Amino acid sequence: MTAMLEVKNLEVAYGKIVAVKKISFSVEQGQVVSLIGTNGAGKTTTLRTISGLLRPTHGEIYFQGQRIDKTPAHDIVSMGLAHSPEGRRIFPRLSVQENLLLGAFARNDQAAIRADLDAAYDLFPILGERRKQPAGTFSGGEQQMLAMGRAMMSKPKLMMLDEPSMGLSPIMMKRIMSTVTELQRQGTTILLVEQNAQAALKRADYGYVLEVGKIVLSGSGSELLVNDDVRKAYLGED
Amino acid sequence: MDQFLQQLVNGLTLGSLYALIAVGYTVVYGIVQLINFAHGEVFMIGAFGALSTYLLFFDGQTGVWILPIMIIGAMIAAVGTAVLMERVAYRPLRNAPRLAPLITAIGISVFLQELVRVFYDRIPFADFPSAKQRIPFPQLDVVSGTAVQIGDVTVQRSAIFTIGALVVCAILLWYFINRTRLGRGMLAVSQDPDTARLMGINVDRIIVVAFALGAVLAAIAGVSQGLQNNNIDFKMGFIAGLKAFTAAVLGGIGNIQGAVVGGLVLGLVESMATQYVPGQFGGGTWKDVWAFVILILVLVFRPQGLLGARVVDRA
Repeated sequence: MTAMLEVKNLEVAYGKIVAVKKISFSVEQGQVVSLIGTNGAGKTTTLRTISGLLRPTHGEIYFQGQRIDKTPAHDIVSMGLAHSPEGRRIFPRLSVQENLLLGAFARNDQAAIRADLDAAYDLFPILGERRKQPAGTFSGGEQQMLAMGRAMMSKPKLMMLDEPSMGLSPIMMKRIMSTVTELQRQGTTILLVEQNAQAALKRADYGYVLEVGKIVLSGSGSELLVNDDVRKAYLGED
Repeated sequence: MDQFLQQLVNGLTLGSLYALIAVGYTVVYGIVQLINFAHGEVFMIGAFGALSTYLLFFDGQTGVWILPIMIIGAMIAAVGTAVLMERVAYRPLRNAPRLAPLITAIGISVFLQELVRVFYDRIPFADFPSAKQRIPFPQLDVVSGTAVQIGDVTVQRSAIFTIGALVVCAILLWYFINRTRLGRGMLAVSQDPDTARLMGINVDRIIVVAFALGAVLAAIAGVSQGLQNNNIDFKMGFIAGLKAFTAAVLGGIGNIQGAVVGGLVLGLVESMATQYVPGQFGGGTWKDVWAFVILILVLVFRPQGLLGARVVDRA
């Protein structure tokens, strides 16, 4: 069986600066896979390359067995790969509902889109209560819910979440993380990028540790949580 | 009072024309942050498209039913020109420094003017007049001819057409932007192009739509101008383009409602200044000066424009 996402020898450079140095990893169907590492480790660059916003200088990316590293970003979404970007990047002057409908831009099954809109409001009732409000007026946590809801609206098979917990209160972070588990239960495969290693690894079936553009460690979430190097570097213990 | 009402009508007519052209500047700016200085030429080529349609198929006739077909001819010429310039000249410069497409725009502007000036009467299989001097624009029933008198106010028929065209276009534009999938895509690209791509929006296609949309309105403006002035020429796009650009900045560049409001305000300022500025600075000869004084004042004191530029407040 082929992996849902397979990254082989991926190298990405900004001019002469190589941000991601020949990394390989894979995400199996139904898993939550976490990519952890400090600022500047290359996590966001990796996600942006997978979703087609950046082009690799070397290596290959396969999604459900199909090579996608030369596919335009707007075509990758309709293949079933959604990317909720770092910093949430909701459309601030559009309403909640318009944001969610943009998530479904690549689809034309109107009836199913309506149903998915209701499902998103069920999952995040606060969005339903404020569907006409401009998204820019929302708090960080609410914007994160909206960003996740928007990503769900494309009916992805694989959802990539870039730092969903960034800048959130502990309660809100819990809420977002439990949504990740809920999405997995509903059958969505998740690639989760986090600086908050504890939260990310707790829920991960598998994890990779990225350091200055290289994967230095990998293992199941529970293995990494008890790994000495991980504990020292990312969990603030010594 | 009558003088005021007369200038109000004149101002709204002039302003409607500016507004129709200004939307093209602002839509393109909102999507690609480019001031397309060749947009005035899209307007000019729209007018020539309408004239060509008339000369080819309806020469000598005056039925008003010809007008919609002339407008379609204008739109085909204008949209074709705009889409082609985007594809050939601007797209290769998409990631170049901002100055490069700006200089290119000025180059295209000169190129298109000269193209029409030198080659209009040499188009094969068509017997077009030379564009080196002003060419009479066809006068049709209903939209040309004796002006309408309302009390002591004189309203040209072409003025009614121009103001009506702006109203219809503004309503359709509002609907397109806010109620259609493609319109929502445009809003998304103007706010955050990268994230728009993550939504599955083809940004290149949205850019083409923005150029085409501006060209459609410029084409209608081109026909309006032809009907109002009774003639057109190869350099008509230059001053109209600059004025419309001023209108777009006045309203807040990137803001579509702003372009409409800015156009109308600019038109009103020009006609009121013509009437009410006393002494040697009054009268028609100074109206262009007042228009650009407004541009400078806006840039100095309120660079975001009357309604605020909606592109710079990216969160």
